[in-house]
Order: sequence, then C-alpha cells, then structure tokens
Amino acid sequence: MGYFLTFGHSPWGQQILTHVSWNLLWASAFAGVAFLVAHASYMVLSAHRKRHPAETDAMEAARPDLPARIPRHSGVARAFHWVMAASMLTLLTTAFLPIAGIKFAWVQWHWMAGLLLTTAILFHVIHASFFMDFWSIWVGPKDIPELKAEVMREFGHDVPGPKPGKYPLGNRLYHLALVVVGLSVIASGLTMMVRVRTPLFPRNPYLFADSTWGFVYVTHGMAGVALVGLVIAHVYFAVRPDKWWITKAMIVGWITRRQYLEHHDPARWVVDGNPKSQIPNPKFQL
Amino acid sequence: MAVIRDVMPAFELLQPTSTADALTLLGRYGSDAWILAGGLDSFDWLKDRIKRPRYVIDLSGIDELKGVRERNGGVEIGAMTTLTDVVRHPIVRDRYAILMDAAESAASPQIRNQGTIGGNVSQDTRCWYYRAGWSCYRAGGNICYADTPESINREHAILGADRCVAVNPSDTAPALIALDAEMVLRSASGDDRVVDAEDYFIGPGTDITRMTVLRPGELLTAIRIPGDWAGARFYFEKVRDRQVWDFPLVNVASAMVTSGETIQNMRLVVNAVAARPLRLVNVEQFVKGKPRNDQTADAAGEMAIEGAQPLRFNAYKVPLMRNLVKRAIRGVGEWATS
Repeated sequence: MGYFLTFGHSPWGQQILTHVSWNLLWASAFAGVAFLVAHASYMVLSAHRKRHPAETDAMEAARPDLPARIPRHSGVARAFHWVMAASMLTLLTTAFLPIAGIKFAWVQWHWMAGLLLTTAILFHVIHASFFMDFWSIWVGPKDIPELKAEVMREFGHDVPGPKPGKYPLGNRLYHLALVVVGLSVIASGLTMMVRVRTPLFPRNPYLFADSTWGFVYVTHGMAGVALVGLVIAHVYFAVRPDKWWITKAMIVGWITRRQYLEHHDPARWVVDGNPKSQIPNPKFQL
Repeated sequence: MAVIRDVMPAFELLQPTSTADALTLLGRYGSDAWILAGGLDSFDWLKDRIKRPRYVIDLSGIDELKGVRERNGGVEIGAMTTLTDVVRHPIVRDRYAILMDAAESAASPQIRNQGTIGGNVSQDTRCWYYRAGWSCYRAGGNICYADTPESINREHAILGADRCVAVNPSDTAPALIALDAEMVLRSASGDDRVVDAEDYFIGPGTDITRMTVLRPGELLTAIRIPGDWAGARFYFEKVRDRQVWDFPLVNVASAMVTSGETIQNMRLVVNAVAARPLRLVNVEQFVKGKPRNDQTADAAGEMAIEGAQPLRFNAYKVPLMRNLVKRAIRGVGEWATS
C-alpha cells in the first residue's frame, strides 16, 4: 500500500491515512505520455480511411442553405473554457512543480486558482443546464452504436454507423471523466481550505476526525494526479493537426460548413438553415 | 509507541577527514545520509528514533571546515567552527561584534564548546509536536498540531505561517543576515553554489519539510561575511525564558551606519517569530535617512509587527517584537538616544 498511499500516526498512536504517494503523480504523467505516444504512433503508422474531397464537395453542394460559418461555442462558453483551462493549469503547476523539485510559495496561488475554478464550474453547470443543450455532452447506452462505428473507423473500416452530433464520442467520454475527477478535486479541495489560513473564514483543523481528513486528502491527491494524465491527453488532442479545427472553434466560436458536414451528423446536431431538420429543438442550435 | 531514550540506535557511522570524502559519501548515500556537526540537534532526533538514517556522516574530523580566516576584506568561517571559537576570535570580536553577541547567547558554555556555527544555522525547529514524531505537516502529514484551539503554542510563529507555525530557533542566523553573509554550499554532484544568508532559510510556504535550502547531497562548508558592515553600530538582543540556557522567544539583530544621529543604512532581522529569520526590509527602508530617535523607533516598531497573527498563547510576541525593533533602532544604555 505504501506505493499508493502514505500513512502517519495520530497523537493516540493510531495509523492514519495522510496522502497519496507521489509515485502516483509520475505514474499518471507516464500514463498520459504513453497514451500520447501510442496514439500518435498509431495515427502515423496505420491506414485511415479519409473521406475523399469530392465526397465532401458533394455534401456541401447539397446543402447550400447552411451558413458558411456554423456557430459551435458561444462567447460565454468559450470564456468559461479558457478561464477553466487557466485555473486548471495554475492548480496543476502550483500543486506539482514543488513536488517535482521546483520550490516556491504555492499554497495561496493554489487555493485562489481553486476558487476561480469552482466559480467557473458553478457558472458552467448553470449555463449548461438552462442555456445549452444539457444532454448533448453526456454519454449513455444510446451511444453504443456510435462507439462501435467509431472503433471500426479507427481501425480503417468504412462503416455507415452514426456520426457524432455536436460533440464527438471521445469528447463526451473525456467530459464525463472530467466531471467525476473535477468534482472530486473541487469538493475535497474546498474542504481542505478549512485547514489553511485564508481571509475567508476561520480555520478549523478539527472539523473532521483524522481518518476522515486522511480520506479527504487522499481523494484530493488521487483526483489531482488523475488530472495530470487527463490534461496531457487533452492538450495532445488540442494541438493535433487533425483536431485543430475543434481547438480553433474554441477560440473563434465557429466551424466551417464543410467541417460541419464532414464530421457531424446533421440529424443529431441541427443548425439554423437546415430545412430537413428532424429535431426542431431550438436549444440544439447553440 | 515505546521509545528507548538515551540509547543510540544502530546506524553506520562514517567519519571522513576531508570535505571531498564527505561529499563523496553524501553523493553515495543521498537522502539516506544524516550530516552530523556538533550533534546537539542530531542526537535528540536519533535517540528518540524520530529520524532513522542508515548512515551518519560525522564531520568533526574535517579540519578544513574549521577556523576563521580573513578573506577579501571580510572573513570566512568554516561551518564546523565551534560557537566558542567564533566568540573568542579577535576578528569577530573587533569587527563583527554582533556575531559574537549572538553566538555567545546561544545555549550554555558546554554546548557552545561542542556546537558549531554551521549546525546552529542549520538546526531544525524546536516545535515539540513535530519533534515528538507526530505526523504533522513538517513531518510529511496533513495537520499542524500546534495551530489548533487547544495547542500549547507559546513559542510558535506570529508571522509567515503557512499551515506550519514552527519557528527558526537560531541565534546566529539573524546576526549573519544582518551582516549580509553568504553561505557556501558544496555538492557531491559538483553543483556548488553560494547563497545569501537571507535566502538560505526557507519558510513552510516554499517547503514545509525543510528549514533551509540545503538539499540531500549538499553540505554547508563555510560562511562568508563581507567587510561592508564591519565595525558598524550593531545591536543584538535575545529574550528567553531562562537567561542561562534557552532558545529565543524573540531575538533581534541589526547593523546600522549613521551620520551624526541620522540613519544612513541599516539591516534589521528578527528571529523566532517565523519559520525563517525575517529581514524587515520595509522597516530598513523607512528608517533610512531618518534621525535615530524615539519617534523613528516607535514608528519602525509598529511597522515591524504589521500582519502579525498571534496564536492562542503567543500574543505576547507581538509587543515583544515591536519593542525589540524599537530598541535596535533607538539603542539602549549608553548607546541610547536621548
């Protein structure tokens, strides 16, 4: 267990959980980089079926009603994303650079970035619940056919299975992982703030028993090291040339009509100007 | 947990006779090695079984680490020079009396005969929760037992606390910072460096498990004091519970250059109020160019304690620090301003 968790002794001689072992940080970073290398190698070495330009030309010609620029992310959604990214990178650097040997006074920056992240996510939850298509980002049993089709496409097969709606399946799975890990790290982090001095409230180190505090610290540590791997994977996909159009959309807010038709299923992501819409839900038009 | 005190645990004792050999051993054993100078801090840790090193590197046989030498108009003190030798050295007495006063105020004559200046500046904190072996922040855990509503924290920090509220107990450290000294650090990897005394000490915000920037494999070999502040007006005062032998509740060290009664330049340091000696740069800036009188001293004293956050039992340190700063500026006895 010492490889994964660290233990100490309370004043009463009881063994108590204290932290995750920082071996896990390196394990997570290694897993993230290993995934990056494996995926990049596969993409370089394997033969992928790429849609012939003529096919996309034909799709575009069939849909002159669509605008040239398809709105993908509102300004508010983009602002949230980049605020969250900045706060997340600040949290990771302030948490893990000292462990990696780069020493600086990190605690204050860490909890301030944590509060910023918490505020941003609260905003996002409200915004996504009431002003966006809430269910478009989630995964469920209905996505199994898409999963099968995506796996087959990854292996070079040309299958007619469903294409993604607004968000690719990988995107939605990543979001799900981030929800679980992110909420864990935020809940545990906010709880841990009770133990440090802030101008916000009096500290209370005895809010919980030692064993409960140990659980909180381990939860925070586990979620933190998991985020290292998740962020490595996210940045990798964001900078991949074949995914750059998605990243660019997070900057400028739109994708081209051609990209929309090439990568998405118009029946699952309906935009303005589509007279053949099967799902006339205005919330899907964000 | 049964502890057999006063019986030394088993470890491999290594006794190099040169700095090069000591560095080789440090490089070989890294964080498994424990550096033994005078042993006055170390033996507590070892006998209480709180620290369990596999290898102890005893530096007492390295003559090149001992002695006081003139160097570039200043002085270089080997890290293994005893506090008694520092106190008695004529250069220290004549030119750096503040260091003499500080070293002489440390512990008892017997301890000063054995304790070294390198050990005095590198010693660990005296927080008894930490030294009792509990899993506090400083020991790698996730709580400070000294900063709770029930803690006995009379000797703990009023400034610079960051989760841990332990204080640095060194008497010579503030004097060395006031003299603008430098610490010479040598490393087994050849990555030698010289750091300002002010930067040698680190607070819990930067590294909660260490008191200094010394890394595993590094050795403090010497302390260099420049000639810039030689013969300045010095002030050192240490307040402690027992005058014969105790760690400081608060101590203050200052070096001042005056023109008439106007303060031209000053370095002012307090210790035992935070996890590292605090140089009061804002106070130094404030008093520069001002007359050395009660008014300046009073204002400087108030400025010094800005941001102080006392714990349950150490609020007395706030007026104590304020008054020591005032005395460092105003002086006492025949040196005092009217």
